[in-house]
Formats: sequence, structure tokens, C-alpha cells
Amino acid sequence: MAKKNASTSTATSSLSAFERYQLASHKDRPRTLDFIKALFTEFLELSGDRTFRDDPALISGTARFHDKPCVVMGQEMGKEAKDRRLRNFGMMHPEGYRKAIRIMNLANRFKMPVFILIDTKGAYPGQEAEERGQAEAIARNIRDMYKLKVPVIVTIIGAGASGGALGIGLGDRVLMLENSWYNVISPEGCAAILWNDREKTATAAEALRLTAEEVFKLGVIDEIVAEPNGGAHLDPEATYKKFDAALVKHLKELEALAPDDLVKGRFAKYRKMGVFEE
Amino acid sequence: MGSWFQRPTPEFIKITAPQTREVRDRIPKDLWHKCPNCGAIITRKDFKANLSVCPACGRHERISAMDRIQQLVDEGSFKENNASLRATDPLNFVDKRKYSESLEAARKKTGLNDSLVSGTAHIGGVEVSLGVMDFAFMGGSMGSVLGEKVTRAMELSIERRIPCITVTSTGGARMQEGILSLMQMAKTSILCAELEQAGIPFISILADPSTAGVMASFASLGDVIIAEPGAYVGFAGKRVIEQTINKVLPADFQTSEFQREHGFVDMVVERARLRKTLIVLLRQLMAMPPIPLEEEEGSDSQVVVGKA
Ligand SMILES: [Zn+2]
Repeated sequence: MAKKNASTSTATSSLSAFERYQLASHKDRPRTLDFIKALFTEFLELSGDRTFRDDPALISGTARFHDKPCVVMGQEMGKEAKDRRLRNFGMMHPEGYRKAIRIMNLANRFKMPVFILIDTKGAYPGQEAEERGQAEAIARNIRDMYKLKVPVIVTIIGAGASGGALGIGLGDRVLMLENSWYNVISPEGCAAILWNDREKTATAAEALRLTAEEVFKLGVIDEIVAEPNGGAHLDPEATYKKFDAALVKHLKELEALAPDDLVKGRFAKYRKMGVFEE
Repeated sequence: MGSWFQRPTPEFIKITAPQTREVRDRIPKDLWHKCPNCGAIITRKDFKANLSVCPACGRHERISAMDRIQQLVDEGSFKENNASLRATDPLNFVDKRKYSESLEAARKKTGLNDSLVSGTAHIGGVEVSLGVMDFAFMGGSMGSVLGEKVTRAMELSIERRIPCITVTSTGGARMQEGILSLMQMAKTSILCAELEQAGIPFISILADPSTAGVMASFASLGDVIIAEPGAYVGFAGKRVIEQTINKVLPADFQTSEFQREHGFVDMVVERARLRKTLIVLLRQLMAMPPIPLEEEEGSDSQVVVGKA
């Protein structure tokens, strides 16, 4: 994790869960499109689920990573007000999940590794989303991502909430940027349900243990990618460099495995998730 | 509600349902069930004999996991497994009270260790691996224990090559286990892929309510998905959606019938026909010969056609 820097007033290593949660939504934070532009070349956006429509909340396509063909995709929250609306604030509809798995299956056929960037406060809770089977779309994706015979590296780059994140989030490796968060529900949602009070968001953020450090301790992720002190937006280039190095390392390890061993490894990874006594 | 309940009212209801207030008042309150939908009053004994379905309007009341199992399986065939699995409190989670205290209260209230009862049983002579949720245990929420028990139920199915059946009744993931509860969606969905790969049937039965993280994982991945009439089935909560889109949604939004119309549920089956439907389906999927079914109903039992 980031080293303390005496010259910076906000050393990120001392931030509270809620402060990190806020950093993850910082308006200048690099988002999916920024990461795609910085880390990949020849990005060609591929659109649509071939059934209903294209979901602009998810950007996906083929590209090259250090010259190797690959697939990259992620939820894009958007930056300007108009763009944010177009992107539906990174909240996907079922057709977005169906587009995602379509393009992952394309990667599977052409033996390209898949890079996934997660940045969402959840799947979109709307009428049409329900009518078109939000739950089914997410469930099917989780199941079918497990079957992919190419390396899948997932990184939580900002927000990572609920089935909306996991619907494109099952991978051989799961990384988190230092100031991202990952949980079963957003702290706002949790505060509303368990405390009946949205003002308790900060309390919920602490209780849910949603920071990269906590999620790592619970055995859910493989690595934390350090950010510059004060957050990724203060020095995007430094963030890209660390992120790139982490992806190179994990891809190299995964490329050494036979396709069936990737699936076996995925089984072993998720089979042991959970804490209980017997 | 009501249109899907077309069977004649059972005779015993007519005989025992009291007609006057005076008659009711003479009998202790806890012996009567009052339907929250239509207000019909019936003795608890008769209500239970009617599978906890209101004989007047057909409302399917939530039932305990043990009652569900008793209704579905061949008498005396259920053998519980993994009953000793218990949730710990890995997050040291505290909301209005400690998670550990909520767990203790739920255990006391239900007599269960967690929100799912699993085991093996026979249904119409077909051996199955069964996982049944109990809404009374913390809203049937899915934490590490539930995920592990569903996973083991599916693994047992693969090992013994017997069908797997789950009955869900849940508000979704257990927030008190944070990210670990989310991971149960991954764990259980992976086992669905393994069941599929092994060619083992998985039947998902959706009871009221079946929502959120459970619906967005194994419950939506059945080879056949059966829902009880009028059950609340969906991903996002109706109130959350209404707040998001600033619009009041119709009463039938996210019901079993709605989900069938939209293509996400194979059939809506009344509780009285659920066991028989399972017997027919299981024996078909397992390539076993048909067996004569004990008749309670008319000739329509030969062909089950969904109601429009
Ligand atoms: Zn009634």
C-alpha cells in the first residue's frame, strides 16, 4: 500500500472507510474509459446484446494489452452531467450483462484474455430492468463466466456494489485499487435498510468492511493496487503504471495455466468463500 | 389475487368456519387464522391441513422449512444433513444490535441454526438432495452458512447423481456478512454450472418472497423454475424501484405470474399441486416410468397448462 509521504497532508493509508468510499466517487477520479485509454491500445468498442439493445452503462470491446489481443470491458459512470445520464451512472440493465457475456464468449472462442473493470453502485433498479430479467441476467453471467477457458482478471476501480458488480465480476484474479470499495450493498442502501436512516451512510461504510484492505483480509481479493497519496486523481499516470504492472504480473501467471486448470482454479477459489463453524 | 384459485372450496372449511362473531369470540385467538388478504377466518388446524393456503382467496402464506419439507417429501424419508453449520460474525457487525445477537434471537425463534434446512429425501420414490429456506430466520437471508449448505446439497447431487431441489424464501443476501455474503452468489452459481455439466437436474422452487442476491444466483439457474402463486419474485425491491423511477408500479409487478409472463419462470403451481408436479417432473427428467398419483383433483392433473 501507499507509503506515507510527509509532504502530503492526506496520506491515504490513514483514511477511514468512509473517506475512501468518498474518494472512490471523486469527480476527477480516473474511470473505465480513462483506464482503457491509458492501459490498452487499438480499442474497438463492440456493442449490443444481439437481443434487445446496446447498454451504454457498459463499455466493452477488443483491444491489445502490451500488443496481445484481448477483451476489455467495464462499467462507465461518466464524467459530465450529460454523459453520466447517457451512461445511467454506470448502472447496467439486463442487456448490459448479456452484452458482457456475449463478448466474453467471443474472447473465449478466440482465446483472448479478459480484463474487467468494475465501477458501479449496483445493477439498475428500474421497471424495464425487472421486466427483462435483471436477476436472471446476473445469475447466468456468474455461472457462465466460471466456464470461460481464458484468463479473466477483474479489478474494482471505484465502486463495487452487489450483484451489479458480481454480474461481470467472477475471475481468476480479483484486484482492487486502493481507494475502491467492494460490498454486497452500497453503504447508503445498507443504512436505509438496517438503520432506516440514510444519514448513517458513514456508520454503514465502517460496519460493512468494504475497503480494499478489509476485503483482502476476508480472502476475497488477490491484490491491492496502490494509489498515490490522496487518491488516484492526484496522479493518474502513477496509478496507471502500478495498475499496468499488476495486470502484467497476473496475466503472465494465468497464461502459464492450461485452460482446464483455469476453471479448476476458479472452482477452488470460490468454493472456499465464506466463514462459518461446524 | 384469486383468479388462479379455481378449485372448489374444501368441504371441511364450510363445516368448521364460524359464521358469527359470537362463535369466534368464544374460542382463543391463537386457534384461528385470519387471512391478511381477504379476512377469512379458519381454524389453525384446518388452515394447516389446507397447506397454509387461504381456502377463500387462495393466498399462499409463508411456511416454515420443516412444514415445506413435510408437504413435499414421501412420508418419513427426509434425512437432514449439515444441520450443525453455524454462522460466526467475521465482520464483528453491529447495526442496531450485534449480528451475533440477531443470530441468537433467530435461532431461538426458529429452532434452526440458519436460514436453510438441507437433506436428502424421496419424492414420489425419486431420491433428491433438498435445500429449503426459512424466511423466519433473519428474513431467509443468504450468508456463508446458507451458501455452504446449498453448495454441499449440489455437490451431494453430483456425487450420488440425484436431482437437486431448492425452495427459496428470502429477502436476499445477509448484509451483516458484507462481501462474504456476496461471494455466496458466486459459490452457488458455480455449483449450478457443475450440475449442468454433470447432467443432474436442478429444480428451483420460488416461494414468497424470492428476491435480490438469491434470485441473482442459484434460484434463477434451475433447469426448471416453479413459483408459488402470488409470490413476490424479483431482483430490486419494489419500493426502491418506485423511488428510483418516481412512479407507482402496478400491484402484479414482480409476482410469480408476472415473472412467468416475462419468461423467467416456467410455471406457477399451487401448493396443493406442487408435490405431484414435482413427482411427474422428477420422474420425467430421471427417465423413470410414470407412477399412478393419488387423486384429489379432476382430470386436468394429466396435463398441466399455465393459466393465461
Ligand atoms: Zn384469503
